[in-house]
Amino acid sequence: MSILVDSNTRLCVSGITGREGTFHSLRNREYGTNVVGGVTPGKGGQDVEGIPVFNTFSEAVRATDANTAMVFVPPRFAADSILEAEEAGIELIVAITEGIPAHDELRVFNTLRKNGRARLIGPNCPGILSPGKANVGIIPATFFSEGNVGVVSRSGTLTYQIGNVLAQRGFGNSTIVGIGGDPVPGTDFIDVLAMFEDDAETELIVICGEIGGDAEERAAEFIAEHVTKPVVGYIAGFTAPPGKTMGHAGAIVSGSHGTAKAKAEALEGKGVRVGRTPTEVAELAVSLLGAAA
Amino acid sequence: MMPWKEHVARSPGRDCDQARPRLRAGGGRDSDRGMRPPRCNKVPGVDLLEYQGKQLFARHGVPVPDGRLAVSVEEAMAAADDLGYPCVIKAQVQIGGRGKAGGIKLAKDRDEVREHAAAILGMNIRGLTVHELWVEEASEIDAEYYASVVFDRSAKAPLMMLSTKGGMDIEEVAAEDPDAIAKLHVDPLLGFQDFHGRRLAFEAGVDQDVVRPIGEMLGKLYEVFVSEEATLVEVNPLIVTSGSSDDGAARAVRALDAKVTLDENAMFRHSDNAQLRDISGEDPQERMAKERGLTFVKLDGDIGILGNGAGLVMSTLDVVAEAGGSPANFLDAGGGSKAEAITSAVEVILSNPKVKAVLFNIFGGITRCDEVARGLIEAFHQVNPQVPFVVRLDGTNDEEGRRLLADASLPNVIVESTMDGAARRVVELAAGRSAEPAGVMEAPSG
Repeated sequence: MSILVDSNTRLCVSGITGREGTFHSLRNREYGTNVVGGVTPGKGGQDVEGIPVFNTFSEAVRATDANTAMVFVPPRFAADSILEAEEAGIELIVAITEGIPAHDELRVFNTLRKNGRARLIGPNCPGILSPGKANVGIIPATFFSEGNVGVVSRSGTLTYQIGNVLAQRGFGNSTIVGIGGDPVPGTDFIDVLAMFEDDAETELIVICGEIGGDAEERAAEFIAEHVTKPVVGYIAGFTAPPGKTMGHAGAIVSGSHGTAKAKAEALEGKGVRVGRTPTEVAELAVSLLGAAA
Repeated sequence: MMPWKEHVARSPGRDCDQARPRLRAGGGRDSDRGMRPPRCNKVPGVDLLEYQGKQLFARHGVPVPDGRLAVSVEEAMAAADDLGYPCVIKAQVQIGGRGKAGGIKLAKDRDEVREHAAAILGMNIRGLTVHELWVEEASEIDAEYYASVVFDRSAKAPLMMLSTKGGMDIEEVAAEDPDAIAKLHVDPLLGFQDFHGRRLAFEAGVDQDVVRPIGEMLGKLYEVFVSEEATLVEVNPLIVTSGSSDDGAARAVRALDAKVTLDENAMFRHSDNAQLRDISGEDPQERMAKERGLTFVKLDGDIGILGNGAGLVMSTLDVVAEAGGSPANFLDAGGGSKAEAITSAVEVILSNPKVKAVLFNIFGGITRCDEVARGLIEAFHQVNPQVPFVVRLDGTNDEEGRRLLADASLPNVIVESTMDGAARRVVELAAGRSAEPAGVMEAPSG
C-alpha cells in the first residue's frame, strides 16, 4: 500500500501545454503514472505526446474518468483551476504553483472544506511520490525506492536530502508527501499523519517541518493521541532571524511565534525524536527501523 | 527591517474619565509597526506607512483625521495652514517608537510647525531616516480603543479583534488581561455581517453610544482587508472623539493610526498599491538580490550560503551553525537554476565584504548540478573571488557537475561529498583553520 497516489491514480494536468507542465507530465508518465489527460483552455483537441488536451476539467473528467489533478498554471490562474477541478469531481488536487495570493488560498481552502468532496495538496509543493507506483509532481524519483518510511514535508529539496540519506542506508519509502511552504496549505501534517497511521506499508513516519505557523505543534498533539507508529522529526530554521521570510511564504518567525525551537520542543515533548540535521534524522530512522526488524 | 516586539512605555493606569477630553499628539501609542496581535501567525507582505494606510482607509470610508503629506518644512507649514491649528506632525517611518524618539509632535501654531518639522525631517529613528511627514489635524480624544483584522493561518480565516484597551501594546494586553480583547473569526465565504460588529462591540464593552459607529468601522476595515488583499489591518488607537455638550453633537470614531500589510503575491491585481512599497529601509544587498530575482535574506555572519530550495537552505544555515559557523546570508537559487543565475548569485554573496568563505549546497531535483558547476566556473572568470568555496553537489547530473569542477581546477574550490562534511569544512575555512592548502581540489568521495 501507499497513500494518496498509486496505480489507481488517473492524472489530469492543468497547464499541460506550458513548458513546465509538459516536462513534468511526461516525466510523471515515464515513471509509470497513468496520465490520462490535460487541460488548457483553447487547446482542446490537441495532444501532448499522445496525452489528450481538453478545454475544461469537466470535459476531461467525462472523457477520461480522471480522479487526480495536478495544477501547473501561473499563480493568478491557479485558484480558478483548483476550483474548476473540484467542481468537475476530481478527488485529489495537487497544486505545484508557487505565489498564489493569500486571499485566493483562503477562498479555495474554505470552499473545498465546505463542499467536502476534494483534497488539496499544496499549493507551492513538490507533489506526491509513491515509489514504484506513481509520481505526481516534481519530486526527482530516481533518489527514492519502495520501502516502509512515510515522509511528510513542507519542503521539497529537504525531503530529497533526507530521502537520499535513507536510501544510502538501504531504506525506501511508502509515500513522500510535500504539503508545501505556503501559509494556507490545503492538507496539513495531521491529515497525512492519519493516512500513514492507517497505511499497512508504512512502518515509520518522518515529519519534516520548518519555522512559521503552528502546524508542527498541532501535529505533536495529534501524534501523542492518534499515532502508534514511530515518528522522527526535523525542523528547519533554527538560525532564522525573526521577521524575515525564509524563501517559503509561510516560513517566518513572527515575534515569539513559529520558532524552530518551540516546534522541536513540542514534538520532543510528545516523544518524537527530532534530529538536528537531515543526516541525524536519517540515522534516527535507521536505528528505529533496525530495532524493529 | 522592523523589530517584532517592543513594549511601549506607557502608564497602564489609564484614566477612565471620559468627561474630560484630552488633546494629544495623535498616534497615541508609540506605535510599533512590528507589533503582532496575540496568538496569531502573520503572513508576510508589504508593510505600508501610516499615511498610506490612512489613504487606503479613506478610500473605503473608514473615518480618519484630515491630513497632508509633506517632504519639506515649507510644505509642512502650508499643510498646517490648510488644516488649521493645532495640528500634529508625524514622522513617516516603518519602525516603532516614533513618539518616544521625538518623531510625533503637537504644534499649536505656525512657528511650532516650522520648529517641529525642521527637527523631525532628517531625524534618525532607530536606523531609519525620516524623509516624509504626515501633517494631521489634532483630535480631541475621549477614549482609545483597538481594532484589527488579521490573517489567521491556523484557523484559515480572517480574525477580527476589538478592545477598549487601545493606545498600548496589544500583546501586553493579551498577556495581562486576555478577556479585554473580543475576538471572532469571519467565514471568508460569507464575509462580514452587521452582527459581527455588534457582537465584537458588546463583548469588548465599548460605550453604548458608539456601538453602531464602531460596528460600521469594523465592517469597513474588513472591506479594506478583503478588497485590498491585506494580511493585516490594524488601528491602534481607534479613538472616540469628544462630542459637543453645547449642541449635543454625538461622539464619533476615527482611526488615529493605521498599520496595513498587503499581500505581495496579489499586487498584480492592485497596480495602485504596487508603488506603495517602501524600499528606503531595505538593505542594499537584499535589494540587489531582489532585482536579480533571487530569494535572499542578509544575516550577520561571515559564511556565504547558496542552496536550492527554501527548506534545504534553511537547513544548511542550521547545519553550519551547528558546526560552529555563522552564516552571512540565506540565498535560495530556486529550482532549475541556469548557469547565469548562479553567476549572478555569487556576485550578490560576494558583495558583502564580511564574507570569508562560501558554501554551495545543492541537491538537484529540477536543478541540474552541471548547470550549477558551469555557473560557478563562469563566476570565477568574471568575479575572481578571493575567498574559498566549498561545494557539495548531489542529485541530477551530479557526476557531470563534479567532473566540470575538477576539469576547471579553480583555485580555492573544494568539493565535499556530504552536507555535514561541507558545513564543517567551510566553518574551518572561514575561521582560517583549514589544514588544506588553498588551491587543492579534493576528489569527491561520494
